Amino acid sequence: MTAALEVKALGVEYHGHKALDNVSVSVARGESFGLVGESGSGKSTLLRAVAGLAPVSAGSIAIDGKALRQGKRDRAFYREVQMVFQDPYGSLHPRQTIDRALLEPLAIHGFDNTENRIVRALEEVGLGKGFRFRYPHQLSGGQRQRVAIARALIVEPSIVLLDEPTSALDASVQAEILNLLEQTRKARKLTFVMVSHDLAVVNHMCERLAIMQGGHVVETLPATALADHAFKADYTKKLFEASDGFTRREQA
Amino acid sequence: MKPLLDIEDLRVTFPGRSGPIQAVRGVSLKLGRERLGIVGESGSGKSQTGRAIMGLTPPQATVTAKKMMFNDIDLLTASPKQRRSLRGKQMAMILQDPKYSLNPVMTIGRQIIETLKTHEKVSRAEARDRALAMLEAVQIREPKRVFDLHPHEVSGGMGQRAMIAMMLVAGPELLIADEPTSALDVTVQLEVLAILDRLVADRGMGLLFISHDLRLVSTFCDRVIVMYAGKIVEELASADLANAQHPYTRGLLNSLPRIGQDRHPLPVLDRKPEWAL
Repeated sequence: MTAALEVKALGVEYHGHKALDNVSVSVARGESFGLVGESGSGKSTLLRAVAGLAPVSAGSIAIDGKALRQGKRDRAFYREVQMVFQDPYGSLHPRQTIDRALLEPLAIHGFDNTENRIVRALEEVGLGKGFRFRYPHQLSGGQRQRVAIARALIVEPSIVLLDEPTSALDASVQAEILNLLEQTRKARKLTFVMVSHDLAVVNHMCERLAIMQGGHVVETLPATALADHAFKADYTKKLFEASDGFTRREQA
Repeated sequence: MKPLLDIEDLRVTFPGRSGPIQAVRGVSLKLGRERLGIVGESGSGKSQTGRAIMGLTPPQATVTAKKMMFNDIDLLTASPKQRRSLRGKQMAMILQDPKYSLNPVMTIGRQIIETLKTHEKVSRAEARDRALAMLEAVQIREPKRVFDLHPHEVSGGMGQRAMIAMMLVAGPELLIADEPTSALDVTVQLEVLAILDRLVADRGMGLLFISHDLRLVSTFCDRVIVMYAGKIVEELASADLANAQHPYTRGLLNSLPRIGQDRHPLPVLDRKPEWAL
């Protein structure tokens, strides 16, 4: 079976700085794949490179077995692959209603029956019709992230790239958004690639994950390996311990 | 023993379009020389509580309380001048993101010395020595080099250490840390916390640790106060967190994904209107 997303020996360079160096990742169709690492590890860069938002200097990216050409993405690609960004306060146009935000991708991709699609999309993310003509500032962070998810799903993609979708949200709202994402993935048989700095969140959401550091993939493991402590890299161990909170070391 | 900080019925009110809005609604707390955590979500009033203690409430808001004592000083009647002399010298505050809370056009060394010179009569040489010693105390490896750097030249973790150095150099008794590590990577977060922990213990300070991260606070602090909608809903020893009584605290704990637990979907918080009464 061809992988939904196949990244081979990918390199991304910014002014001579290698943000990604020889990174290979393969995500099967319908799988949920996590990328974990700290700032500067290249996890977001990898996601952005797939979306065509980062300057690729080496390697290849293929979606459903079809290699993507350098720098060029056609419209079909953007229907197939959609992205949800971290900050729901920054990713929605402040002067456009939710209705317009949802209409735009439909117009770009030439969808008909927009009226019904918008209503359905809002319902799917648990917002209802009442939110349709509101502006982003009238919504809470969690509600905005729901709109961002609705906007990604409205063009019926098969792959959704999630860049820290809950790290700007409160813990209780995070749970709601994670549940919504899982539920839509199940209903629509989506492939997820999810970036997070939170090992517990990725462990909850993903079947497999890659640990990244300094532009490299340190380790790729199944999510179950975390609970069983079946990881090798020191860095993974460090992240694992950190996810448990603070431990006071006895002073000598 | 008398507490370092004794607050009764603290209220912070902001003017709103449809009448005044109370961000903090009657918070009472006593802090000794211990680590006390305040946990809550955005809008719970946790940061405004910290700011009111520091005297950094925005001018349009009003602060009222039945009692607000810091050592023997009545913070309610203290003059702005007296508050200024307290800030930095006896109480200090660490903010979330060193990128925004450090002065970008001043070297780190000069910013540390500035604190010292404001509160003490020290010679330039002595101020420099003490600043360097403080940088060393926050485990910066090359204090002499970092002393002459500007904030944009250091990493987030390094910047936050410099911030801690700056806040502790005048030897305050009370330290308020408002999300001191939320902008940092998890592993760096723990290093910075370990430094903070050691300094607070060595100097016998009182620490008020404000955070949204219940798990982090409960592993770091001795006691935890949980705030919701401007009020304290629960106060408990960190060790007793598993036995939390209030449905909000329990819901919050429950909604966190945890490694090794398979809970799909995650339990979500069912907010009851009566919690906010």
